[in-house]
Amino acid sequence: MLKNIARYPFLSRLFDTLLPVLATLAALAVGAVMLLLLGANPIAAYTALLNGAFGSQNALADTIVKATPLLLVGLGICIAFRGGVINIGGEGQLIAGAISATYIGLSFPEQPATVVVPLAMLAGFFAGAIWGGIPGLLKAYYGVNEILSTIMMNQIAVQIMNYLLRGPLIDPEQLSRASRIPETARLSRAFDLPRLVPTRLHLGAFIAVVLAFLVYVFLWRTTIGYRIRAVGLNPDASKYAGVHVKRYIVLSLLLSGAFAGLAGGIQVYGVHHFMFTDGSAAGFTGSAGFNGIVAALFGKLHPIGTIPASFIFGALLVGANSLQRAMQVPSALITALNGLVVVFVVSSELWSRRLARLRQTGAGAEVDAALLADEFDDDSRAEPVSEVNL
Amino acid sequence: MIADLLTLQVIVGMLGSGIRLATPYLYAAIGETFGQRSGVLNLGVDGIMLLGAFAAFYAVFTTNSLVLGVLAAMFVGGLMGLLMAFISVTLQAEQGISGIGIFLFGLGMSDLLFQRTLGSVETVSGFRPLDIPILSDIPILGEILFQHNLMVYGAYLLVPLAWFILNRTTIGLKIKAVGENPEAADSLGVSVAGVRYATVTFGGILSGIAGASLSIALLNVFQQNMTAGLGFIAVALVYFGGWRPVGVLFGALLFSTVQALQNWVQTLGIPIPSEVAVMMPYVLTIVVLVFAVQRVGQPAALTKVYERGE
Repeated sequence: MLKNIARYPFLSRLFDTLLPVLATLAALAVGAVMLLLLGANPIAAYTALLNGAFGSQNALADTIVKATPLLLVGLGICIAFRGGVINIGGEGQLIAGAISATYIGLSFPEQPATVVVPLAMLAGFFAGAIWGGIPGLLKAYYGVNEILSTIMMNQIAVQIMNYLLRGPLIDPEQLSRASRIPETARLSRAFDLPRLVPTRLHLGAFIAVVLAFLVYVFLWRTTIGYRIRAVGLNPDASKYAGVHVKRYIVLSLLLSGAFAGLAGGIQVYGVHHFMFTDGSAAGFTGSAGFNGIVAALFGKLHPIGTIPASFIFGALLVGANSLQRAMQVPSALITALNGLVVVFVVSSELWSRRLARLRQTGAGAEVDAALLADEFDDDSRAEPVSEVNL
Repeated sequence: MIADLLTLQVIVGMLGSGIRLATPYLYAAIGETFGQRSGVLNLGVDGIMLLGAFAAFYAVFTTNSLVLGVLAAMFVGGLMGLLMAFISVTLQAEQGISGIGIFLFGLGMSDLLFQRTLGSVETVSGFRPLDIPILSDIPILGEILFQHNLMVYGAYLLVPLAWFILNRTTIGLKIKAVGENPEAADSLGVSVAGVRYATVTFGGILSGIAGASLSIALLNVFQQNMTAGLGFIAVALVYFGGWRPVGVLFGALLFSTVQALQNWVQTLGIPIPSEVAVMMPYVLTIVVLVFAVQRVGQPAALTKVYERGE
């Protein structure tokens, strides 16, 4: 069947784009089974989920608000994965960005918002960049596996956050009340990102979408972006073409972290307006660091594709809360479901690769003929372009 | 203050703690060593540990049988290992990311099952310390080494066993061959997929046992995300240990001793922010990774998908 699809370029592209959707549907089907086992009616559950996500103007706004950090982190992930680096450090980078942005706001409470807010966003951007850049340096110059180092950086960031929120950055109110909850003071109301009243939809969502287009332009229309992608596809060839592979590895992780850091800043200024912690990463981030990866994968690592992908995942997360309220199904189900989606989407790449290979060497019946004919003629067979692995 | 740290009783207690705390690292890392030696990177270890921890805890909580607990953990771990093998070997998915998917699944599933069955934090009577006769009476050393529970002893016995399998048996040779040069191994009739399935499933079983060691031997409790990244550290330990069981043992002991030190520092009220202490294992992991990769080469085919004819 793949051979038949391979014949037609349009069908092939459609297949490639729909594959993650099919994979996700498969994951949701497994989720339905899990719901059944939990004694919940899957139809009622998924209905509650959809209602929670889209059922009203406020719900829709909440979905977009939830999707915003996913989109930003996802944009960073697109850059990283396309650059050949697997960044799992979104959580820590987001926290680093949030801390820096909050610090700026707390340090200049009286200054005009038009100065402080952009400054805070920049601070978040740079803090995230540093938090991503360190694993980048470690990978490029010391060969350290970036998956492991970014995961470690996540945990380190959490501890730093806990310390700061318990100590130097704690709300003076907490101290005077002797309650000592680790959280900062609320930022000046002037710093709140503008909202579409009466909903909770804030400017950050709009910024994120604009950035998505900018990232697209960056990756596909600039030299730097081209080189990032080249290094990701074939580091050796890029090296021989004169690209400083190591620098671009660092750059990819740096930018990836920067977007996650910006997401942190926007979360603080658009949603929470202060920083808090429950000791873990997810307490503050809502696992946006991990979910952003899922969103990017689902969007086929394309910045524009990540927009609908993060919207859908935002819906999933918002819906999960109403699922928990309505049917007492713990939101941990969604974490498990996210894991399944990742597994299914990544596994489905197999068919994308096979399709690509078929198209490369000639679709349909020509494949067999080509392979047979070239068995005795090694020099003339053109090597298929190495598959676009993540 | 530091003087308080140096009394004999404290040092003995700390070393004993260190020996005990290395247990989950050892089980998980030795299991992962087999998988990585055959060329498969499994980042889902933490998730499998959580599922194993829950399975063991639930089994012991409901039946009071420690044996059943361990078996439950082995079953669940093996199942997840099999799944990972299927995804990595048959479906040829990108191993790093699929591992993270398994981790998220294990994290969510264990929490979900916990909330649905137990609901609140409970404790069980797990493995009791088992003093080895004669040896445990040796002053100092006896207290440090020979007064632990069965799961701890099991973890340490695993090291020479793993060494033996990898270096003195045919299957060990096959594993190493598949990890270094799958094409050559395939041409000699070794089933690359079969070996990888075996090692990854075995790794899953051991990860499950690692989780069980936490919930029914060391801590005797189950909590959401109780591993807190321990599985990932275990994966890093494989790198640090140069993909050899003895190296992994050193790494695990290093880690657990640092952790024991951190616990003692906290209980003694020494004024280091507790977050710094908690951070130490993770910082140490990064430091370790920097030095590890420069020392020993990794299995040549690690994370590379093998398909006959490429």
